[in-house]
Amino acid sequence: MQSFKKIKTIITPLDKVNVDTDQIVPKQFLKLVQKSGFGKFLFYNWRYDDQEHLKSDFILNDPTYKNSKILVAGDNFGCGSSREHAVWALQDYGFSVIIAPSFADIFYSNCFKNGILPIMLDDKIVEKLQQETGEIEVDLENQIIKTISEKISFDIDSHKKKILLEGLDDISQTLLYEKEISEFEKHSKIPSVL
Amino acid sequence: MGKTLFEKIWDAHIVVEKENSPSLIYIDRHLVHEVTSPQAFDGLRMNNRPVRRPDLTIATMDHNVPTNNRSLPILDQTSAVQIQTLEKNCNDFGIQLFDINSPNQGIVHVIGPQLGITLPGSTIVCGDSHTSTHGAFGALAFGIGTSEVEHVLASQTLWLEKPKPFEINVMGKRKNTHAVTAKDIILSIIKNIGTSGGNGTVIEYRGEGICDLSMEQRMTICNMSIEAGARAGIIAPDEKTFDYLRGRKYTPKNYESLVDYWRDDLKTDSDAKFEKNYTLHINHIAPQVSWGTNPGMTCDVTESIPFPEDFSKGDQNQKKGAEKALEYMALKPGTPITEIKIDRVFIGSCTNARLDDLIEASKVVKGRKLSQHVRAMVVPGSQMVKKQAEELGLDKIFTDANFEWRESGCSMCLGMNPDILSPGERCASTSNRNFEGRQGTGGRTHLVSPVMAAAAAIEGHFVDVREMDLN
Repeated sequence: MQSFKKIKTIITPLDKVNVDTDQIVPKQFLKLVQKSGFGKFLFYNWRYDDQEHLKSDFILNDPTYKNSKILVAGDNFGCGSSREHAVWALQDYGFSVIIAPSFADIFYSNCFKNGILPIMLDDKIVEKLQQETGEIEVDLENQIIKTISEKISFDIDSHKKKILLEGLDDISQTLLYEKEISEFEKHSKIPSVL
Repeated sequence: MGKTLFEKIWDAHIVVEKENSPSLIYIDRHLVHEVTSPQAFDGLRMNNRPVRRPDLTIATMDHNVPTNNRSLPILDQTSAVQIQTLEKNCNDFGIQLFDINSPNQGIVHVIGPQLGITLPGSTIVCGDSHTSTHGAFGALAFGIGTSEVEHVLASQTLWLEKPKPFEINVMGKRKNTHAVTAKDIILSIIKNIGTSGGNGTVIEYRGEGICDLSMEQRMTICNMSIEAGARAGIIAPDEKTFDYLRGRKYTPKNYESLVDYWRDDLKTDSDAKFEKNYTLHINHIAPQVSWGTNPGMTCDVTESIPFPEDFSKGDQNQKKGAEKALEYMALKPGTPITEIKIDRVFIGSCTNARLDDLIEASKVVKGRKLSQHVRAMVVPGSQMVKKQAEELGLDKIFTDANFEWRESGCSMCLGMNPDILSPGERCASTSNRNFEGRQGTGGRTHLVSPVMAAAAAIEGHFVDVREMDLN
């Protein structure tokens, strides 16, 4: 998996709460059987009009934010459907950090499987970051966000941090516990389905 | 100190535990469908890994299957490819699949319990957020992403941080149990605690108002736990639970000895502590209708569309959200809910397409006709539900009233198959999400119970189903 260490770009402010995964990538694009190429469908109904032309009033279509890799959004980002396609779309589009006051649980966990760093910060700090026009630096190793004027620290679970920093393959790590898994299976009370 | 039901199941499934780190949790049942699995199987192939426990894995196709004539080929080529991919993956990895022609095909959260695959005290996952449904049986059941699907296929485990236990007490008795349903209880809860009120928690639903519900109604409650942001919802199993699962196709051979153990063990200890609590009194609750673009934007059928400033209680972000929702829904504050006209009705989904739901809706429809400007469809949750309903003559009641009677699948709940709303169409839907464009780009969804959807179909606008004469 792709690792994440440090990044420095301007932010894209997405001033909306409860952004659900149906908005991040609508259902008509869930039929692909690979993980790549979802970036063009990101926020599809907000980005494009009926004729598939870019809507000028949507923030992602403003050329100012073309090279931004940090999305700063409102409360409860990624709620609703468990579709990991939402994370694949954000990643393929170019985002590698998402900052919000809170995330929906499944979305949050999906981010770490794809090299995206989700950061939870206090409401007030997020609101302030949304106004930030200069580049900001996100440093995972030191858990610090640096703006022109200040340093903001953030929390992250140490296991998840390690996975992102080292770009570890979760499954090969887990399979090191083969002995423990087999031992558990010997004593499981719940029988097989078939 | 005692433990909550959820904590007991969690503790019984820990494979590896480390301090201040996620635990490795064993998964007893893995349900697989066509939309969130292809990339996971691809990952296994790339790394030359087998499925560790095909005997704990069950697959079906539900999300994008057409609900019209099953003997016709699937016209949408990308859907067809996804369905063929699941067939190939199940074949290659030795997984039992209920395909489009199987009598056991259906929405994964409808067939799990119907086949006796869902068991109390077990851990159940699926690449679908409504996996929380199975919590109605006292299972710890939750939705996962595709990377986690691959992880479970390869290892039958997941690394998880322990959610916090959240107690929701449902007190009292509904006055009119036909008109005020489990859907109205759960919508009332979400309206009150909000769509992120349950984030990071497992909700245990308790109290008289829950004990009184049938298993199918309990599934409706647990199903929508995710709409309150909760990882899972759970209800302690009782004799109704054990009776429901007895004698089903995959009910284990040693079922009665399991029941003896479950009966003693699967309940929250009296001295257990919950991190959060909420109590809903249901003596006087009304049928609910959602008016906005998330399930928390809901009100009583007797109310009017709220003004954003009243709804938001001073929160500027909520106010903006409500204004945007009303613009999308093309609704004006102050409009009585019962004056909202509808174009479409959808009775279906993993929330409300079980036999009980269809029986209740049919009582409203019987001997009446669909409003002339409304198109309505009934999509049973599984082929088994469809067959049982047809044995009771429900199909005839619906088709006599000019409803469409379809084959089973997720259908217009998420509109991945041809069943979608046209832009601007307004739908009374028994599904679980009223997000923008969920049922079709530009479509407007109002979440309601099956009886409220049926009543709206007949009258052409929302009505308080308590006032309808059902004799």
